[in-house]
Amino acid sequence: MTVDVISPQIYLLCGVLLFVLGLHALVVRRHLLLKILAVNIMGSGVFMLLLGVAARGEGGIDPVPHALVITGIVVAVSATAVALVLMLKVKAATGLARLPLSGPED
Amino acid sequence: MIRRRFALSPALLMSLALAGLLIVVVLDLPPQPGLAGPVAQAMDQAGVGHPVTAVLLNFRGYDTFLELAVLMLAVLSIWSLGRRDPIPARPVQGPVMHGTLRHLIPVAVVTGGYLVWVGSSDSGGAFQGGAVLGAAGVMLMLSLPREMPMPPALLQRLGLSLGVFAFLAVGTAGLLAGHGFMGYPPAWAYHLILGIELAAAVSIALTLVLLFLGGRSRKVRHDR
Repeated sequence: MTVDVISPQIYLLCGVLLFVLGLHALVVRRHLLLKILAVNIMGSGVFMLLLGVAARGEGGIDPVPHALVITGIVVAVSATAVALVLMLKVKAATGLARLPLSGPED
Repeated sequence: MIRRRFALSPALLMSLALAGLLIVVVLDLPPQPGLAGPVAQAMDQAGVGHPVTAVLLNFRGYDTFLELAVLMLAVLSIWSLGRRDPIPARPVQGPVMHGTLRHLIPVAVVTGGYLVWVGSSDSGGAFQGGAVLGAAGVMLMLSLPREMPMPPALLQRLGLSLGVFAFLAVGTAGLLAGHGFMGYPPAWAYHLILGIELAAAVSIALTLVLLFLGGRSRKVRHDR
């Protein structure tokens, strides 16, 4: 079956694309909310990559990467919540939730 | 914001180059046996029937214990950043919302409990069940006509740390009984894991609600 051969590769490719998409947005976008979302999308790409790798094993689906992904999702949720609260504090202190165009050292 | 479309900025070029490199690397990964074999061999002393739950709560219990600690740490760091703001708007109350809530909350509680229980033999577990319970809590918080009175601070903290401390207690007991840190006697493994999962689910649900609210509870209560 060609489908069985192809599908794990597709997960790997989509995981890479999600990761790079998130990395690009993290660098290019200035709004902090978009940066937080970008890190989350990068994380989703890594999770997808891990699940794709787990499906490639010879002895059936590997449960260890699945457990790692569950752990990763929970850590990502906690980190996102802390980041969002920090963003609100930045907004309250400076009036803007985005990074300035040039840093103080420029 | 006006931006030129299709502008080939250095960032875009580097992202495309990175994507190309990663794709080449990922497609070239050598096939590996993975850990499916060792896990399948050890399943008879795991105490639970589902391999992912066995990995999470038995074989790599230390990871899951620290993960619960990360959740608690997130709430503590948010609490240390200040007091929470009130939710800016309250919904208009009506019969549809009351009816929906009255049906959805019990369904969510039953679903969450079922997910925790079924984790030992099928897909599910403390995190999935805790997430459903947490979502029910957030929904309740958002839809009430005024701020929901929170349980006293001591009770909140106990609930937050319940999962971590239950896990730590069982893990330390395993160490004292000679099964190694985070080790279970195989005969009791199922009951211990189920107990840890229940405690963890309560902690996770409470953690998610408190993360959503953001910040310590306010001292001055504004009733209107």
